[in-house]
Amino acid sequence: MKGRMISPGKVEGEAIVSSEPIGFYGGIDAKTGTVIEKGHPLEGKNVKGKILVFPSGKGSTVGSYVIYGLKKNGVAPKAIVNRETETIVATGVILAGIPCVDHIEIDGIKTGDKIVVDADNGEVNHA
Amino acid sequence: MELTKQEESILNGEHGDVLERQMRLLVRLGEIYNADKMIPVGSVQVAGVSYKSIGDPGLDFLEDIASKGGKVRVLTYLNPAGMDMKDWKELGFPKDFAEKQIRIMRAFGDMGINTTATCTPYLAGNLPRFREHIAWSESSAVSFANSVIGARTNREGGPSALASALLGVTPNYGLHLEENRKATIRINVNTELKTSSDFGALGYWAGKHAKNGIPFFKGIRDANTDELKFLGAAMAASGAVALYHVSGLTPEADSQVGGGLETFDFGDKEKKETYETLNTGQNPDIAILGCPHASIREIAYVASLLEGKRLGKPLWICTSRAMKQLADNLGYTLKIRKAGGRIVADTCMVVSPIEEMGYKRTGVNSGKAANYLPGFCKQEVIFRDVEKLVEELLV
Repeated sequence: MKGRMISPGKVEGEAIVSSEPIGFYGGIDAKTGTVIEKGHPLEGKNVKGKILVFPSGKGSTVGSYVIYGLKKNGVAPKAIVNRETETIVATGVILAGIPCVDHIEIDGIKTGDKIVVDADNGEVNHA
Repeated sequence: MELTKQEESILNGEHGDVLERQMRLLVRLGEIYNADKMIPVGSVQVAGVSYKSIGDPGLDFLEDIASKGGKVRVLTYLNPAGMDMKDWKELGFPKDFAEKQIRIMRAFGDMGINTTATCTPYLAGNLPRFREHIAWSESSAVSFANSVIGARTNREGGPSALASALLGVTPNYGLHLEENRKATIRINVNTELKTSSDFGALGYWAGKHAKNGIPFFKGIRDANTDELKFLGAAMAASGAVALYHVSGLTPEADSQVGGGLETFDFGDKEKKETYETLNTGQNPDIAILGCPHASIREIAYVASLLEGKRLGKPLWICTSRAMKQLADNLGYTLKIRKAGGRIVADTCMVVSPIEEMGYKRTGVNSGKAANYLPGFCKQEVIFRDVEKLVEELLV
């Protein structure tokens, strides 16, 4: 699948997929990587070391710092794949140095799939 | 995006890791919003200053940049901090909170930022000119700069504003472009606006209708800069209004309004209903003025109301350190102090931990504060004009 590079890097890992947008501020615990937003499809799941796949970001702009905090605390996802990366997530992944690609049809990815994110070339493929 | 040779070399990492990421951020934001190039900015105002907002991840991020020698290239101010940087102990701010807040301010200071922490930088020495490109964050300051001054800024997130400060440029899109500054809805004002809270009520109501559009107001006969500040702040809080025009009063009103706009009327009935919506409690246990930060005119007014009076409950007036020092020099601080009130600098009620300080019902004259206090600080709100609030607090 060909998309657009938001933040560079190339990694392989297991996908964790959310059908709903993610608001990182108040949505994911920066210390543990656990999704804490009440009623969110991923509530209670952990994003550490996974390829985090979701349609787009939402909520407070402070979310950018939460993404940075996840990386700093060693609990960040390996990469992020979006349908459309908005500014909060773009800001977070660039500052944190997390590979990120958008303009990907994420319906083709299921939780547990092994995928390769080649952000340098804007590509996301099954391993 | 077309980048200059210098910008390309920063993006390629030739000027170090810090600037490379900052440039990558601005280039990517520019591409997301279809900017054609970078443009120089005259000044910056950075949000994400209170420890309550940015937490440990934000603190780490700022200390990382500061420790690697990041320095700003243009006049840069800060949004309010989470506490008064001088009187925090006396005002009852928690010590562990204070320690983190002090580290945040030190990191910003090390980057060469003027650590004047205020949502009204234009009253404290950061005043852009008409049509000057700037990169500001705080929503009410963005609204004031765009609308009342006619400067040009998008509403920047904390990190993107900081990137603009470190690089001296911003991507050219959105409200930087003349064609994107046209009014999108029209609001006819058919009621008298007498007080700051009247302007706040209109702003709250208009923001709900305008959402992220650009309102054009007709029928506001007169308003000073304080009143326009309250109007814009409330619209930026209840909606996402970054620019508005007022017929006869703001510089681009005549050139940026066309016909055929969706039109709404704000009359006596709408004003009354808005007051009812914003009042969620009664009998305040504190009143906090200065959202956005008070001007010297507002401080003088409160001092005159309190002359020879005695307050039974706390009254805070939030402002910048610069206005506080002016109020000290002019004797207003002392007059307010004698009545039992306080001028609190560097912070505001929305970003300070007032719920942890035992307050439950807060009196405000600001539509913006009335919008945010129930959610951010779990407060019941008493929304009144300044004179009525002061009366309620007197012994």
